[in-house]
Amino acid sequence: MPADRSAPLLDVRDLCIGFPARGGMVPIVDHVSFTMPEAGILGLVGESGSGKSVTAMAIMGLIDAPGVRVSGSVRFRGRELIGLPPRQMRRLRGRDIAMIFQDPMTAFTPVYTIGWQIDEQIRAHERVTRAQARARTVRILGEMGVPDPERVARRYPHQLSGGLRQRAMIAMALSCNPTLLIADEPTTALDVTVQAQILDLIRSLRGMHGSSVLLITHDMGVVAQTCDSTLVLYSGRVAETGPTARVFDRPGHPYTAALLDSIPPLYGPRPDRLPAISGTPPTPMDRPAGCAFGPRCAHVHAACTTTPPALVPLGPDHAAACVLPAEGTPLPPRILRASNDTCP
Amino acid sequence: MTAVLRRAGQTLLVLLGVSVLVFGVFFATPGADPTARIAGRNASPQIMEKIRHEYGFDRPLPVQYAIMMKKLFITRDLASYADRGELVVPEILQAAPVTACLVCGAAFIWVTVSIAMGTMAAAMKGTWVDRGLMMLGLVGISIPVFWLGEVANLVTQSRYHDTWLFSWVPGLGYVPFSQSPSGWFRGLVIPWIVLAVMFIGIYSRVLRTDLVALAGEDFMRTARAKGLSPVRILLWHGLRTSMVTFVSLFGMDFAQLVGGGALLTEVVFGLPGVGRLTYRALTTLDLPVIMATVMYSAVFVVLANAAVDVIYLFLDPRVRDAR
Repeated sequence: MPADRSAPLLDVRDLCIGFPARGGMVPIVDHVSFTMPEAGILGLVGESGSGKSVTAMAIMGLIDAPGVRVSGSVRFRGRELIGLPPRQMRRLRGRDIAMIFQDPMTAFTPVYTIGWQIDEQIRAHERVTRAQARARTVRILGEMGVPDPERVARRYPHQLSGGLRQRAMIAMALSCNPTLLIADEPTTALDVTVQAQILDLIRSLRGMHGSSVLLITHDMGVVAQTCDSTLVLYSGRVAETGPTARVFDRPGHPYTAALLDSIPPLYGPRPDRLPAISGTPPTPMDRPAGCAFGPRCAHVHAACTTTPPALVPLGPDHAAACVLPAEGTPLPPRILRASNDTCP
Repeated sequence: MTAVLRRAGQTLLVLLGVSVLVFGVFFATPGADPTARIAGRNASPQIMEKIRHEYGFDRPLPVQYAIMMKKLFITRDLASYADRGELVVPEILQAAPVTACLVCGAAFIWVTVSIAMGTMAAAMKGTWVDRGLMMLGLVGISIPVFWLGEVANLVTQSRYHDTWLFSWVPGLGYVPFSQSPSGWFRGLVIPWIVLAVMFIGIYSRVLRTDLVALAGEDFMRTARAKGLSPVRILLWHGLRTSMVTFVSLFGMDFAQLVGGGALLTEVVFGLPGVGRLTYRALTTLDLPVIMATVMYSAVFVVLANAAVDVIYLFLDPRVRDAR
């Protein structure tokens, strides 16, 4: 199947992922749709259990738990990935779509050197000699800001610091020049200073390799710093999607607004207590019939409790799954913003 | 390299401790006269007197220990009184190669078969192949080795010995390799299998459990995300990592078998190994032989542990740095 260059890089339509539990299917991810343009950075935001990691795993075709049902469509350059035979999926994985994981401490096989593991990926996809693979490994490690890459390539994972390991992980993911990089909470397990460095690195990938990045995180600050567009997931459904600046300025969904409110402001008076969202997200098994955020929402009313609200367009590429805009009472633009998206 | 040397030093120290302990258990237990026990039943007073003098039982304990060690390792003239003055150390040295042949062959079989079984079961987790193999493993664990040995003897030595299937099986006993390699092999192949059966069961189950647990590890997910083939992931990432557990298990079992733990197999098949020597000494209460075999066995367990640790250094880079 030839690659369709006019199609978006990644087009996810109505992705549903159901896990078997208590005799039925529990929808962990429920009709999630989004597209990613070439060389863009999309932030996938949500709390633990909102289905963001599972979505990434489904795109990679890495879900193989027995009984799990994945339906909908994931098109990568126009090519359908759902139901692709494993052998073809494998050729794509690591070469066209690569993934980096949350915990660099455990993501490398402990008994092989870093270089060996990166060489392995290169040699799995391309016919190159051992020496050629190693040369590329060292070059990429260097590009990722690893000091003395030749020596680091000969080290074992446990001999490196967390930041170095994550750099090596990114180097491994990029070793075959993927067009799409999925980063699943790449900075969560790292120190704050290292976090910033890794985010800088991820931002620079677009220029260096022309890669698009799907950045999965629970940290709105990371999204503000890094992503062109934002997709907010709540309980397996899309709550809001749009360009990052716009979503941060004029959140259309009370959940997004509440998330943004819970970031400490960089300017202006310090609040005594940061506002928090009361309650916890519903488990996928007893999600309410209406809006999943309803039970925790300050604006909840009768219209919210019957059916899950559909995505309502709010502006260019901006939409929120909330009844408020349609009822003519949209959320006000955030006044206390100014900070997160304008500061470096 | 320093790690290996340090481990060797520790091993020597442990061996010293083991020898003191074994000596203490056999000869310095309060309330029992070691002289009478060495002499065996119905010994004459002259012999008792001779033994007391020879082993220095009329002198302080440290001297007794030194004499015993000298008799074991330097002059090697520790003699068995129950067995008409047979020298113990040469007897053990004669029995050791038999046991070594038996155990090495069995170990080779159980390692290859259990790796194959465990890996296959893990690869086909949840299918009937997996369940069948693990059931087979459980059966292997449950069968007592002496029973299996006797049944094997019954089948190959008498019932079906004259059919084409088992006519190649020689009578019970041991043929040295130097005498006839094919006879050596034919005589040992059935004991090898019989001894290996239980270990195949244990090892394949342990390996399967280990591999299945590893499949949930982050690095296995990374390996899949790299686009590697399932076989490569299982063998190069899964199995290679499981080898760390496997080797430690193997070291212990191998050592105790070489040290005489294959006693039942040796007795059933009439193989004159260390295990059978221990068995004979136990039935005649031949104290010097018992002590010497216990010492021999302890030495092997300690040495095997040291060997396992050295292999660890190669298998697991994390251990290499921790030392």
